[in-house]
Amino acid sequence: MRMKETRLVVTFHTTTDAMAMEAAGKVTGLQGRLIPVPRAVTAGCGLAWSEPAGGREALEQLISGRHLSFDRIIEMVI
Amino acid sequence: MAEDMSNRIPQGDHPMVYLDSAATSLYKPPCVAEAVSRALGSFGNSARGVHEASLTASRIIFETRERICDMFGAGCPERVAFTANATESLNIAIQGLIHPGDHVVSTVLEHNSVLRPLYLQEERGAELSISDCDPAGRVTPQAIEKLIRAGTRAVVCTHASNVTGNVVDIRAVGEICRRRGILFIVDASQTAGIFPVDMQEDNIDVLCFSGHKGLLGPQGTGCLCVREGVSIPPLMVGGTGTQSFSRVQPVQMPDSLEAGTRNGHGIAGLCASLTYLSEYGIDRIRTGEQALMRQFEKGVRGLPQVTLYGDFEDNDRAPIVSLDIGTRDSGEISDILAREYGILTRSGAHCAPLMHRALGTAKQGAVRFSFSHYNTGEEIDRASAAIRELASE
Repeated sequence: MRMKETRLVVTFHTTTDAMAMEAAGKVTGLQGRLIPVPRAVTAGCGLAWSEPAGGREALEQLISGRHLSFDRIIEMVI
Repeated sequence: MAEDMSNRIPQGDHPMVYLDSAATSLYKPPCVAEAVSRALGSFGNSARGVHEASLTASRIIFETRERICDMFGAGCPERVAFTANATESLNIAIQGLIHPGDHVVSTVLEHNSVLRPLYLQEERGAELSISDCDPAGRVTPQAIEKLIRAGTRAVVCTHASNVTGNVVDIRAVGEICRRRGILFIVDASQTAGIFPVDMQEDNIDVLCFSGHKGLLGPQGTGCLCVREGVSIPPLMVGGTGTQSFSRVQPVQMPDSLEAGTRNGHGIAGLCASLTYLSEYGIDRIRTGEQALMRQFEKGVRGLPQVTLYGDFEDNDRAPIVSLDIGTRDSGEISDILAREYGILTRSGAHCAPLMHRALGTAKQGAVRFSFSHYNTGEEIDRASAAIRELASE
């Protein structure tokens, strides 16, 4: 079994929103990546952004600073 | 000087001269075909997975939305929806926004991609007013405003006639629409990639265009840019890769208007052509094409029997010259030009019936010459020499 860890999962309404998140995340050096939406989460878009739990401040700054559209940010073990 | 790509396809005994760029761009920067080829070998289905093949497609499609957003002032990439062509974009806009009981204003300059959706909505109970033009085929913003009345929902208007090349002052029309509180839907099929169009500054609510004309992308690509705050119900519903358990189409743009797999391979080509355009500069493209148009106009104006259509006093016109020789069938002239001179033009009605009625060319049609910045001065001289010969027969 692979080790699970606590992550921040950002969900989106559309794929375009997810791609905007990835593009912004790459430019600003976020640690995360796009993943399939965990089955425990209900979301419109099948893509989610997974970020290490310690990265909440940078993540939230990025989202608000760039006016990125998203659905929810959920802390969960995946 | 743009790279000369005119000899890529031979035409009979003559090197081909392609002067039909208003129909589609034949000459494209090589990066377009390279991008399509790369996409064919690497793209999965955008928005249908999280593996690299799918993400590769999604990333390029997103980048293309960003480039279009920047070029046309669409506000944000989410407001850019991809379609198959300008006709699909216009159908989504017109069928989605014009309802029974609404009044809508348009012009005699329009292509059937605008007129037929409007006629359909007229049959469904909308009222349609069409602005006439002067003998040179000009429609003024004032003439459009005179038709606006209580109950007018929208003005639907081309930016430039595909027959004459006459340009409509869309900034002035947009200002009128904003002042009168009505929607402004623009068909930029003949100007996107050639003329600057800015949805914010020109007060455009919905901007429709194809990707394969002035934008130099592949056929099968089109776009619909919708201003924030304007909501268009979908014309088609189906898979989006999102909200799979919902019985209805997602309401968020662009998914609301993008049912089914997008033309990712074509959009990759469009992304490459947009990059080329931003580096080369659309002002440079427009001035180059207008110079070729003027060279051709100068070569044929005043020839016996030759009639030119449109307003050539306006310096800022689309790179199109339409003409007839006496009463000869425009199709016959176009055929002779292709077969005997290797000069490819378009003849007939150009899908713009009201424009031809206004110009008095409904029966004869017109031979249309339309120019690319890849054309050369020598090619233009060959075309005008051919018209001189035919006019002297």
